[in-house]
Amino acid sequence: MGEPGTKEPLSLEELEAAGGIRTGRKHVLSILAENKPGVLSRIAGLFARRGFNIDTLTVGPTDDPAISRFTLTVDGALHPIDQVTKQLHKLVNVLKIRDLEPDETLARDLALFKVAADGAARGEVMQIVDIFRAKIVDVTKRSVVVEVTGTKEKIDAFEQMIRPFGLIEMARTGEIAIARGRGET
Amino acid sequence: MRAVDALIECLKAEGVEVVFGLPGGANLPTYDAFYDGGIKHVLVRHEQGGGHAAEGYAKATGKVGVALGTSGPGATNLVTAITDAMMDSVPTVFLTGQVRTELLGTDGFQEADTIGITMPIVKHSFMIQHPLELPRTLHEAFHIARSGRPGPVVVDIPQDLSRADIQYEPVGDLHLPGYQPTTEGNQKQIRLAAKALANARRPVIYAGGGVVNANAAPELTELVTADRFPCTCTLMGLGAFPAGRDQWLGMLGMHGTRAANYAMDEADLICAVGARFDDRITGKLSEFAPRAKFIHIDVDPAEISKNVPAHIPIVGDAKNILPRLVAEYRALETDAARLEEWWGRIEQWRRRYPLRYDDTPDAEIKPQRMVQALYEATGGDCILTSDVGQHQMWAAQYFDFDRPRRWINSGGLGTMGFGLPAAMGAQVGCPDELVCCLAGDGSVQMNIQELATCTEYGIPIKVFVMNNGYLGMVRQWQELFWDKRYSHVDMGRWPDFVKIAEAYGATGIRLDDKHTLVDGMKEALATEGPVIIDVRVTREENCYPMIPAGQPARNMVG
Repeated sequence: MGEPGTKEPLSLEELEAAGGIRTGRKHVLSILAENKPGVLSRIAGLFARRGFNIDTLTVGPTDDPAISRFTLTVDGALHPIDQVTKQLHKLVNVLKIRDLEPDETLARDLALFKVAADGAARGEVMQIVDIFRAKIVDVTKRSVVVEVTGTKEKIDAFEQMIRPFGLIEMARTGEIAIARGRGET
Repeated sequence: MRAVDALIECLKAEGVEVVFGLPGGANLPTYDAFYDGGIKHVLVRHEQGGGHAAEGYAKATGKVGVALGTSGPGATNLVTAITDAMMDSVPTVFLTGQVRTELLGTDGFQEADTIGITMPIVKHSFMIQHPLELPRTLHEAFHIARSGRPGPVVVDIPQDLSRADIQYEPVGDLHLPGYQPTTEGNQKQIRLAAKALANARRPVIYAGGGVVNANAAPELTELVTADRFPCTCTLMGLGAFPAGRDQWLGMLGMHGTRAANYAMDEADLICAVGARFDDRITGKLSEFAPRAKFIHIDVDPAEISKNVPAHIPIVGDAKNILPRLVAEYRALETDAARLEEWWGRIEQWRRRYPLRYDDTPDAEIKPQRMVQALYEATGGDCILTSDVGQHQMWAAQYFDFDRPRRWINSGGLGTMGFGLPAAMGAQVGCPDELVCCLAGDGSVQMNIQELATCTEYGIPIKVFVMNNGYLGMVRQWQELFWDKRYSHVDMGRWPDFVKIAEAYGATGIRLDDKHTLVDGMKEALATEGPVIIDVRVTREENCYPMIPAGQPARNMVG
């Protein structure tokens, strides 16, 4: 039996208030897990089950082929993140989790933009590409494909600049992150 | 040998005495190995029954319960039992057959994505990818199921792999680098907890099913009696502290005693042991125990501060932590008189609000009376399982459990149909004990087919059906909160439980007179083999006291 309720209908506002909309800083979780089938599903499923929305997720190999690194960004207040980290630790295949502090973290995103750039526009696009230290990796008569790497903010800024020319398509990896070395800089 | 023969060897090495299962196409090889493998197998009538039987066995004995099912529907029929075992932390291993590897993902006959379906409801799961993995995987499954916070582990075995010829060598080492449950509590934290207990003026010890799982009931009693600490248990913890003791406040929570709930409400220190501050305990979370600081002892770090922020968290096994806490406490100078005022307050609640009901002047049986009669007839000396609903709450209130593993029920998931098969499993695990099931007329029908299993194997459980012809708990809520609009809760007059019992080869008895109730029950208990006792009780009786859901404890009604 769940809540008893009453015959009175619940207003949508009440429902939303009860849901406790969460806000807080962005968290970058770096998770090392065994490279086995179903591990991604276990991790993603855990987030879904606890009502968390994953903003970005990247998965890749580490120097040890038996271990994968998951980099996950989530929006959340500190307490629920703490709960999710604890729950993640309970997954048998998860080896290590770090909630990376923004100040101590290098995070990079990679994006590909297909931009309409014919005739006169092409020069301007190329200038912006230069400013952002991006690269043109494909050219046709009507469009170019630009590769940009950098922080999320840099890529957001590039997108804003390039959009007026006609953004045909874009793809982003989501952030990967690593903690800065300690005491070496 | 075949991988399935190695499986039998592994089960033996894990100390498995019995499995509950039902064969099908995909686990034919496994069943061939069970033909003369030397492990007892109980053929159930429905996989869900097998799953709950494995849980009942595990809860009664403390060992890992094992259930088997085939692929597809066999596995999906196990889903409720697996979820139940997850919610109540029951050490269980579920072995499911799977279609041949070449058919995987092709929607083959009786194919279901068992690993995918069970992903959110298992402690862990394994799909066998190579026959050579099978032995190690099984040992890992048992290790995970029983260690740390126990829970269900699913092992899905494709049919072709289970027939493969492999060299079996006993496995000594496990490879689980990501799984290292913390068992030893931190000494500094334990010392802090002891100091907090010594300084508390209104302490309560609140124990849950984790104490039972950790086999730490004697250690809990040591702690409670190290001073005059008041003690309450959750539904899952009943029996962890003897109900006959003076320091026992009764169960807490939605249908707990006022003494227990009011004590939590006014406490200045709550020491939670193996309990998880479930919503049935806290009521309205923001108003739960507003004056209290919390010590939280739990083997699962994720439970610490999940619902209620802990001031002194201690992660580890209660069996390890409690004796050290007692030792630290005894080393402190404490003033026993500091608790006198608190006990005065508690005694007041006890006197003013005992558990009570209005008995009838005639032969009619009140459901609460039925539970008391069962206690009298058994002398309280039995393992009691229950289903889910009013009867479960009345049993928790009126049947005094003095030892752990004597009260077996579905708490977290609230699974109707749990009681009868769980009793069957408990009886198989404890053949010399009296095992009774207290069921509702609604619940008992959800797995009544296992009566055939009981008769077939001579498993002599006594099933007491509290028959009010209603889905009683839902009816109660409709009465109290939905203006008595009884929507689809009247179960009518059928079935005739006496005839059902007879059809299954069991004995059926009907009791409907309060005056001969205890004698009738004694007669039923003296009857050989499984018995169904259909007890006709007052149709519309409400279970009180109660905290209306979402309200604080001090708003208890009834």
